[in-house]
Amino acid sequence: MVVSLSDYLILSSIVFCIGLVGIFVNRTNIITLLMCVELILVAVNTNFIAFSYFLENESGQIFVFFILTVAAAEVAIGLAILTLLFRNKGSISVDVTNSLKG
Amino acid sequence: MEFEQILFYIFSFWFVASSLAMIFSRNAAKAVLFLILAFFSAASIWILLEAEFLAIILILVYVGAVMVLFLFVIKMLNIDKSTLRAKFAGYLPLGLVVAAVIVAEMILVLGSHQFGLEVVAAPARHSADYSNITVLATQLYTTYVYPFELAAVLLLIAIIAAITLVHQSQIKRKQQSISEQVKVRAKDRLRLISITSPNKKTKEVDGG
Repeated sequence: MVVSLSDYLILSSIVFCIGLVGIFVNRTNIITLLMCVELILVAVNTNFIAFSYFLENESGQIFVFFILTVAAAEVAIGLAILTLLFRNKGSISVDVTNSLKG
Repeated sequence: MEFEQILFYIFSFWFVASSLAMIFSRNAAKAVLFLILAFFSAASIWILLEAEFLAIILILVYVGAVMVLFLFVIKMLNIDKSTLRAKFAGYLPLGLVVAAVIVAEMILVLGSHQFGLEVVAAPARHSADYSNITVLATQLYTTYVYPFELAAVLLLIAIIAAITLVHQSQIKRKQQSISEQVKVRAKDRLRLISITSPNKKTKEVDGG
């Protein structure tokens, strides 16, 4: 084994920041925002699994299991809200959904 | 360079490259496909970390169900591409600066002097008869049985919420009205009229 824990942690932090930049730059499409959230969650899960492997403790993998469950539920509800938004506004742009702005 | 290190760098390269391609692609369907590639690379990295069950779950549940749901919604909504091209790079410089600073800080904190092989030694590989699923299931059904049940309830709530949100209102739905159907008579629905056949006429014209 020559790949160290810090390699995995740095990889997941890079992917985390890519997802963050994706949320910054995509102002036009809520679907892409949801996908960036998924990317961030996968990066966090990689952190959990790396620590679980190197510390020889399976609880990290259990946490990943629950994170995957919650993420699947979040995507289902998010896409349902997206469908409603498109039905009511005719667009899924972030700029259209500002009716809560004072 | 050992074989495992080569694999790690190949999978990491595809993970990072497909993530970058995902956030910068302007077509939402292409972004979903790049995200699927990123998930496959992440699953490969998880297999390197001996989390076989979660890697399979990532591919089956995420690529098989969630990403297909994304593609389904994208194809169903028929998003106008011209609106997607506008205002793309407004916050790009700020986002890049923030991301670069975060990555630099993370590398400073998580570098090999803190989490390297000298500090956190790599554990020995398990033997071939080691079952990741057995270990996970033992934990899940003993220590974490209440969170497991809560996760099931959470999924049920998510199903109900999603269906309730997108359900059409009562007026738009087609449904049976049994009393109306029973009350109907043949004269309301059926009308007998006599029509002269047009084919016969054309034949006569042809003949004349």
